[in-house]
Amino acid sequence: MTGRKIRILIAKPGLDGHDRGAKVIARALRDTGFEVVYTGLRQTPQMIAEAALQEDVDVVGLSILSGAHMTLVPVIREAMNASELEDVPIIIGGIIPDDDRPKLEAFGVRGIFGPGTDTEAIATHIRALVSSQDESPNLEGTA
Amino acid sequence: MTDLAEGVLNGSRRALARLLTKVENERAAVQADLATLFKQTGNAWIIGITGAPGTGKSTLVNAMAKAYRQQNKTVAILAIDPTSPFSGGAILGDRIRMRDLSGDTGVFIRSMATRGSLGGLSRSARDAIRVMDAAGFDVVLVETVGAGQSEIDIVRTAQTTLVVEAPGLGDDVQAIKAGILEIADILVVNKADRPGSTNTLRALKTMLDLGHPASRMQMMAHHGDFLHVEHSTTTHENFWLPPVVQTVASAEMADSGVPELLEAINTHREYLETAHISTQLEQQRIQIELYDLLQSALMHQFLETLPETMIRDLVEQVQQREIDPHQAVRQLLRRTENVTEV
Repeated sequence: MTGRKIRILIAKPGLDGHDRGAKVIARALRDTGFEVVYTGLRQTPQMIAEAALQEDVDVVGLSILSGAHMTLVPVIREAMNASELEDVPIIIGGIIPDDDRPKLEAFGVRGIFGPGTDTEAIATHIRALVSSQDESPNLEGTA
Repeated sequence: MTDLAEGVLNGSRRALARLLTKVENERAAVQADLATLFKQTGNAWIIGITGAPGTGKSTLVNAMAKAYRQQNKTVAILAIDPTSPFSGGAILGDRIRMRDLSGDTGVFIRSMATRGSLGGLSRSARDAIRVMDAAGFDVVLVETVGAGQSEIDIVRTAQTTLVVEAPGLGDDVQAIKAGILEIADILVVNKADRPGSTNTLRALKTMLDLGHPASRMQMMAHHGDFLHVEHSTTTHENFWLPPVVQTVASAEMADSGVPELLEAINTHREYLETAHISTQLEQQRIQIELYDLLQSALMHQFLETLPETMIRDLVEQVQQREIDPHQAVRQLLRRTENVTEV
């Protein structure tokens, strides 16, 4: 599938109210041609999994600034897997200590972007992620 | 039957989501699925919700869906947002206002970008609505872009069209300009708790009193031609006068006026069905869709027969003022005539 539109969910789980980063990313990704489903603040893991399922997104992007990433990410991954979304990668933007990165990657997180990351680099990363996904359509057509 | 179509008919939400993506991305690949599912359509009532940005359409859709759920009706929502003409990307943000509906398996929300279609609906919207219909939802709520003055598409797709207004968004002349009186089956004054709401209500009612909207059927005209309308269905006693309903849809406060709105939709549906207008309108909708599909198919077919350079050469000739655009098109048409003669 060449030139297909990439759909990404941008969600902010947890309770902190700082959505500026998520909005900046949503807008930057729109400006590089993505379709960004933006769900806003205070999303529960179930809400995120549900939105990812209904919107059939290629990637889920989480904005987490509260420090609760080690709690939230595994629960969200689990909720997504329970909705048969094992093949949908999660990426994270926010403040993530270096020590936590390998742990998050072990949970299947496929990209971590700290403050100041060039948005074009994020877009490039997502495109690569999606095209590698397209090349292994192991779950294509699952009903 | 393909796995996806079968999944949709069996109520798989994943299959539904996947098929909707395919409808948008790979039209050729879903023809068989659409043909299978088409036989199962015609049961959902399709409600279009249009109106200027900021009138509270998404919040109202959220409130309507909640009210339909209280009546045990299942609801699919197709929320359409504009594609940026510059990047081709889009921010689909209608779910922000629909968080109340999460966790309810009787509701399915899908966001869709217009992808270059101008009429406020996405090009794939008709097919997406059909897939939702086939999936067995009782009601399909279609929220348009709300561009204001180019919302004709929704009339050609929905069975009941709501035009949402809010206080303080322009005077009654705006209402005439936008042609909303002709589009609306039901007018909604949302945010009715705001100051100026009674003025908006009065203005709309005055506009309706000044003249019945031209026949809704004639709004179905295509390319400036009016489709044939049986006069018996548009006599005075049979005329649908759009009611004006006041609502307050809010994330923080209790909604009000929503049951009345649902009642008005129901009355409209009964009117269409008892006056047998429903069937006629459906015929017109189908005819228009056939025209649309034929138009794009012919265009596609035609362009494929052209040598790559031909359009570019003609553009150049027009730019140099050697020929005018009409002459360019005549040259294109002549060329295919020659081809078929050979």
